[in-house]
Parts: sequence; C-alpha cells; structure tokens
Amino acid sequence: MTAKHARNIAFSGIVLIAGAIWIFPLYWALTTSLRSENRIIANTGILLDELNFSAYAAVLSNSKLPMWYLNSVGTSLIITAIVLVIGMMCAYALSQLSFPGRRALYLLVVASFMVPVPALYVAQFILMSDMNLVNTWWGIILPQLIVPVVVIVYKQFFDAIPKEMREAVLLDGGGEFVLLFKLYLPLNWGITAALAIITFISAWNNFFWPFLVVTSEDMMTIPVGITQVNDNFGVAYARMMALALLAAAPVIIGYLLFQKRVTEAVMISAGVKG
Amino acid sequence: MSIANRRRRELRAAILLIAPFVIVFAVFFLYPTYKVVALSFTNAPLIGEGDWVGLANYTKLLSDKLFFTSLWNNLYFVLLTVIPTTVIALLIALTVSKLRGRMQALALTLFFLPYVLPVSVVTMIWSWMLDFQFGVLQPLIMAVTGKAVPVFKNPHWVMPMIAVVTIWWTNGFNVLLLIAGLRNISPDLYEAAALDGATPWQRFWRITWPLLWPVTALVLTLQLILQLKLFDQVYLLSNGGPFNQSYVVLMQMYREAFQLNHGGYASAIAMVLFLVIVIVSVLQFQLLRMGGRK
Repeated sequence: MTAKHARNIAFSGIVLIAGAIWIFPLYWALTTSLRSENRIIANTGILLDELNFSAYAAVLSNSKLPMWYLNSVGTSLIITAIVLVIGMMCAYALSQLSFPGRRALYLLVVASFMVPVPALYVAQFILMSDMNLVNTWWGIILPQLIVPVVVIVYKQFFDAIPKEMREAVLLDGGGEFVLLFKLYLPLNWGITAALAIITFISAWNNFFWPFLVVTSEDMMTIPVGITQVNDNFGVAYARMMALALLAAAPVIIGYLLFQKRVTEAVMISAGVKG
Repeated sequence: MSIANRRRRELRAAILLIAPFVIVFAVFFLYPTYKVVALSFTNAPLIGEGDWVGLANYTKLLSDKLFFTSLWNNLYFVLLTVIPTTVIALLIALTVSKLRGRMQALALTLFFLPYVLPVSVVTMIWSWMLDFQFGVLQPLIMAVTGKAVPVFKNPHWVMPMIAVVTIWWTNGFNVLLLIAGLRNISPDLYEAAALDGATPWQRFWRITWPLLWPVTALVLTLQLILQLKLFDQVYLLSNGGPFNQSYVVLMQMYREAFQLNHGGYASAIAMVLFLVIVIVSVLQFQLLRMGGRK
C-alpha cells in the first residue's frame, strides 16, 4: 500500500513538473517583466530574483493601453450581451414554438458552422464601409454578433425542460416572453454564465477582424493595440512582456475565477460542433 | 381562448423572438456570404464597383504561383499541427486523468491556461523566448544545431516553429475534450480487463482507444478546420516570410484585398478556402466515421 502510495505521489509530481514546463512561457514573461532592461540583456538566469515594476509603470503611462482596455471591454461586453439575448430568444422560438420555416432556420444555423468566418471578412469590411462604420465600435461589434453555437446550445437546454412547467405558466395567462425570461432563463443561469464567459473571451481575443476594421490607434482593441507598440519601444523586453501580461490579465483572471464555467462551455460548444 | 387565436399569438411571438437574430444573421452573415461569391466573379477593387469578369479570377488563380505556395504552406502547417497536437493532447489527457481531485484540477489549469490568451500575447512571449540574441530558448537550439537561429527569419524553421507556438496555444482545448471523453468510459471495463490479466498496453488499445475514438475524431476534425484558417500567428511572427515560406491562403487574401485593393480577386481566394474547408470537413467526417466502425 505504501509503495503504491509513493508511486502515486511520484506520478503526480512528474505530471505537475510537465505542467510547469508547459506554462514556462508565461512564467518567463512574468520574470522578464519584473526585471530592469539592462539586467535582462546581461542574461541572469531563469529565477524570479527581482521585483521591479518600472516596466509596468512605463507601459501604463507611455502607451494607449488604458484606451485599448476601454475599447476591448466595451466592445466585448456589448457583443456578449447582444449575442446571448438574441441567441436565447431565437433558440426559445426554435425549441418551443411552431412557425413556418422553423426547420429551415435551424438547418441554416447549423450549416453556418461550416463557413470559415475569415473568408467573409472582405465582404464584411465592404459592408462596414458602406455603413460608415469603419473605425468605430459598431464596426468592431456587428460582424462578431454571429455566434450560431449559442443558439444551438440554448435550444438543446430549452428542449430538455418539461412541457408541464410551460403549460402551467400559459394557463396563468403568461405570454411567451414571460415564459422565456421568468422560467426558461432562470432555469439556465448556469449555461448562460458559461456561454457569456466564453463569448466574452473569444470577443476579447479576436485579432483578425478588429485588425482589419480599425485604422486609428485610438480605436484599437487590446490584441491589436499591443502589436503596434513594438516600433515605439525599440528594444525593450521588460516593457514588451509587461504589456503582454497586462493585455492577458483580464482573461487569465477571468479564467481562474470561472474555471468550471469556462471548461463547461468549451466542452458543450465543442460537442455541438461534432 | 380558441385554438386559432392561440396559434396566431404563438406565431406573433415567434416572429418577435426570432427577428433580432434573423436580421443580424441575414445582414452580417448571409449577405456577406452572397457578396463574396458575387465579388469573386468581378474585378472590383476593395471599395467601389467592378465589372463582371466571369471566371477570370479563378483562371488567374490557377496560374498564380504564390497561390499554390500558399496552399502548399497551409497543407504543410496542417501536417505539422493536427496529428502532433492530437497525440500530445492525448498523452496529457491520459496522464492528467489519472490524477485525483485538486491535483488534477491544478494540472488541467496549467495545460489549459495558454488557450485563453490573445494571439498577440502568445506571439509576443514566444518572439521573446526565441529572440536571436537573448532568447531563453536559444541555448536549446544551439545545443541541437551548434548555433543560434533567428527562427522566424529562417525558411526551414519558420513553419515548424509557428506550429510549435500554435500547438502550445491551442492544445488545452484538445486536452479538455479528451479528458471529458475519458471520463465517459466506464471504470468497470478496466476492472474487468484487469481481472482478465490484460496489460496496460492491451487495455489502452482494446478499451481506451476504440471508446475514445469519437472524441479523438472530433478533435482531429476541429483542429483541421482551425489550422486551415491560419493567419494571425503568421502575420504576427513572420508576416509570410522569409521568401514566402510561411505565406498562407488567408495572408494572400488579406494582401490582395487590403494592400493591393483587389476585392474581386481576394474574394476568389476566400472562395477556394471556403470550398476546401467544406470538402475537407465532409470528407474527414466520413473517413473518421468509417474508422470508428471497425
């Protein structure tokens, strides 16, 4: 028994060491960001041996990072809210109501998984330009509102709710909107939270579309903005890493806080695509 | 309330409920899809009208050397990523799923965390780690090749290194799916196999592998489609270079549309990617299903 126990501990240790090696790039970014620039070049080993926050101070005061934060937070929140509300409403109709074209709509939503979104960017850019939305929040937001997976996931969860509950509300004179927001939504807060977090993270992380539609530095989101700093800083590794970590902080913290929800959402939405 | 009345009310509610999604979907998805198809038959610039040119853009593609380089590089990148990441994810999933409770949660966090990072953060960190002069990984490269290598400026190193960065970034997603798949395999099967004296090797090939196959197939399919859409990492790490060795289809679409102002031609390129992804996903889906049946 003790031999087996010892083996288990050794095994756990090996896996955790592998995990630590896997996460080394993030550790190295942190260590670099906390050193002074001249020590980095002097090649001083891989241990975290200095806690110098000057790179962070420099980045926060010399770049447009605060503005990019605002753009990222604003657009990602709006995308998440709209995607969830319109997705939930559509899913409710698809799941609970009968109307002509219901099946066709459902198939269309499922089929849209196959379209590689970047292939549409040229046309979407032209559309944004026709609507005079290039270089605006709405230009960033509108094409990102297409998240069919949210509709499918909600539909599956709504399908699972017993019909009797619905009949009871209808007999009390409640309409469909009452049903959705007072019964179906409260029963699905868990999946709503999971979908919200994953929609937010993917909107926050989207690079290609904001990169195309934004042309001025003031309108950039975080992932696009931080790539512009290279030229301004010159050779400044600590500042680059401080910038990278500040850009990643919201999603890292969000993931660590809501880990269960994130993994739940990833699994469910991948299952839907299969 | 009469049935007819109720029907009418239901229809009205349905229209109100689906309207926002349908409008957004039609304007920002269906219309652009139609528009890309239509544009690919014109010589339109990015902004402005063009003339109908029939299949001219497509015939031009057939003689565009750069386009074939891009396609080839996409294919090469798929070879470098899809199966390796699945194998690595499987190894990680098999070991992590043997851990218990908190240990497992911690290990999973470590392997999954890179997946939530923005791509430009990932590329910044790896550019620094692989920096020609001060990169922390250069001693490793030196140990193998005898000299430091500016990996993203070297035609032989560029694609494999972008593949390494990509695998590091996206592998957590695969690990997660495979762990979920492993959890669905009943422990009774392993107990029965142990009673029959099956070796761990036999247990893996007779139980784990066949029962996990649907999830493995899903991972392979999702990866294949994802990796065909390569753009961000290439743009940020090597910008298609050196000597077009990392030039990929979406890179060419971007250059044609947004730098050379060829909206029509860029749309034809997008159409090819579109078709490749549809064909590949249908084909692979069929193949994998057959594999699972055996």
